[in-house]
Amino acid sequence: MSDCHDCAGCAVAEAPALHKGVRSHVVAIIGPPNSGKSTLFNRLTGLRQKVANFPGVTVEQRVGKARMQHGDRDVVLVDLPGVYSLNPRSEDEQVTRDVLSGAMPGIPKPDALLLILDCTNLGRHLVLAAPILSLKLPTLVILNMADDLKSRGGDVNTAELASELGSPVALISASKGQGVEKVFQFMEGTAGGTAAPAPPRVELPVLQDIPQCRRWAHDVGSGAAYRAPAPPIWTRRLDSVFLHPIAGPLIFLTVVAGVFQTIFAGAKPLMDGLQDLIQKSGLGIEHFLPPSIFRSLLVDGIWSGVGAVIVFLPQILLLFLFIGILEDSGYLARAALIADRTMAKFGLQGKSFIPLISAYACAVPAIMATRTIENKRDRLATILIAPFMTCSARLPVYTLIIAAFIADRPLLGRFFGMQAGALLGLYILGFVAAIATARLLKSSILKSERVPFVLEMPPYRWPTLRSLSLRLIDRSRVFLHRAGTVILLVIVVLWVLENLPVKNGQPPPIEQSFAGMIGHTVEPVIKPLGFNWKIGIGLISSLAARETIVGTLGTIYGKEGTEESMGLRQALRSDLSPGGAVALLVFFAFAMQCMSTIAVVRRETGGWKWPAIQFGYMTFLAYLCALITNEVVRSGII
Amino acid sequence: MMLQMSVNNGHGLVPNHPLARTLAQLAEGEAGVLDHLDLPDDIARRLMELGFLPGHTIVPARSAPGGNPRVYRVDGSEVALRRETAARLFLRPSKGPGKASSI
Repeated sequence: MSDCHDCAGCAVAEAPALHKGVRSHVVAIIGPPNSGKSTLFNRLTGLRQKVANFPGVTVEQRVGKARMQHGDRDVVLVDLPGVYSLNPRSEDEQVTRDVLSGAMPGIPKPDALLLILDCTNLGRHLVLAAPILSLKLPTLVILNMADDLKSRGGDVNTAELASELGSPVALISASKGQGVEKVFQFMEGTAGGTAAPAPPRVELPVLQDIPQCRRWAHDVGSGAAYRAPAPPIWTRRLDSVFLHPIAGPLIFLTVVAGVFQTIFAGAKPLMDGLQDLIQKSGLGIEHFLPPSIFRSLLVDGIWSGVGAVIVFLPQILLLFLFIGILEDSGYLARAALIADRTMAKFGLQGKSFIPLISAYACAVPAIMATRTIENKRDRLATILIAPFMTCSARLPVYTLIIAAFIADRPLLGRFFGMQAGALLGLYILGFVAAIATARLLKSSILKSERVPFVLEMPPYRWPTLRSLSLRLIDRSRVFLHRAGTVILLVIVVLWVLENLPVKNGQPPPIEQSFAGMIGHTVEPVIKPLGFNWKIGIGLISSLAARETIVGTLGTIYGKEGTEESMGLRQALRSDLSPGGAVALLVFFAFAMQCMSTIAVVRRETGGWKWPAIQFGYMTFLAYLCALITNEVVRSGII
Repeated sequence: MMLQMSVNNGHGLVPNHPLARTLAQLAEGEAGVLDHLDLPDDIARRLMELGFLPGHTIVPARSAPGGNPRVYRVDGSEVALRRETAARLFLRPSKGPGKASSI
């Protein structure tokens, strides 16, 4: 729960907490994947929820407070991972089992359960009822997607099902909110201690015997007069277009190009506007405060540093809006299907595609988007290679160095010059590094031939505004939390290094600052790459966010710190060898110079192990390739 | 079922026999009844939880470009599998004449 943060909109301080005297009533939500579990969780908690990882594992833990109308006790809801059974074969099932038996540290044993099943496919989903009912906890069996069942001509007798299972049954539509009051009533009852589970009328099957469990589920369904709905006609119609041998891939490419175009072109005015706002408000604060070292810390350090990270928020939100629409509508599964064969060549799978495309904007949302990949090894491989994709924070650095060192001679016709070629080359370089690393990982530490690719195709649905906005709020919270903690800390430390020791009450010239000293200290290490101590300071400052190096170099050379600054370009040209310049580009293509990414990898993988390995690997690769580049350019081979 | 198998196919098909048809060999829209899964136990159980149970009817639906992976309609839902996995799911010989003639 170290990721929990105090924020005004979040009423869960330390969920699930044992409050003074009165113990919270803990209710767990369990259900198979695609049963609408998260939709129900959002319905019941609204914004009073938070996302973290279960301790030490990559499984996401969502905990929230139910919005109860009556009753004195707080009801804490725990959203468990989607599972088909409780046989512990995967991390998800192990976590579910541990939470349900009270063996999960930090989470009290649930007092009651909400078992959510997709009633358009009750025969298969009821299989999970057998192991859940055998736990003998008060359980509400929720039949979700009631609207779909009805509209497609299906039916079920809930009263009969309830008496067969010995547990109350509620027929609801979580996305439309129909019948959700029955869930609240159940929780009020269990919190008040009035609901006791009755033994099921039907005999439970042997849980290890899957065919027997499936027959049991069928018999229970028949007993409750379950009539399966007609096949989803619209889903089949849409699939005949989206999975058409010719139209399908064309639509896929259009969608990908559209997402790409929007996160770059569409987000640009918003990002520029935000940057302007941060700059102007920074000047405003500067104007308001008397000149002092603290004003410098506040304006030049914190305000502009945190601002440099927050500028990415519009892009990240747009990206999540797209991913949200793709996922909630059901198209993401089709996109994964189409992309699978190509991704399989690199040892990955179809579901890795969208996160990797997202990483061209920013690795942070890309890594968060890998949550849609159920296979843990594929997910980890995708997380580990995502930072190689050329994110937008690299662009200012690339633009500056390319403009300063590469003459814009025509390369392929009038519109494709050497500079554009160099930029394209850097994009390709990052992509090649990513797929080579993927192959390396999947043939070594992440070898997983035993787990086959299995992809459930959910029916198409309209995404709801509610679910999309909840997702956006949740993701911005995570992102801003990072910007507000890790990044803030790094920025303050960097500012201190650049402005101390104080000489005659004034900050020292940067060469004599601690940062300058560090720059000089690391110079022998980076000299073989063609970098001097000034670049050294730039590299250290770019740990906060890559593009910070542009501003830092501006400060060091006493020029305006933007990528368009002619003064800075000239200063770099006279101070850096061509070999060093190209090596710097290569270094930035490979190095994991981004605290936000390191922080999000730690969060998503549940520990420091993977971000440490990743940082070490990427820095080593960056150093090695920059070294080779410098040598090659210096010796005049190219 | 074993009896029907030997009656309908004079050459006596046995599970794992090279002539036994797999899910990967079904044409789009052609129904097949699953006989057994030739996969390690934990993977077989995972697929069984998704509805790939012996005795269940499976119908291949649309596929990604190039035919791999392919979507299968099974037990009320649609699940996509790669060909390498589908080729390990063996079918019961079909009763209808001509249906098994592709091999």
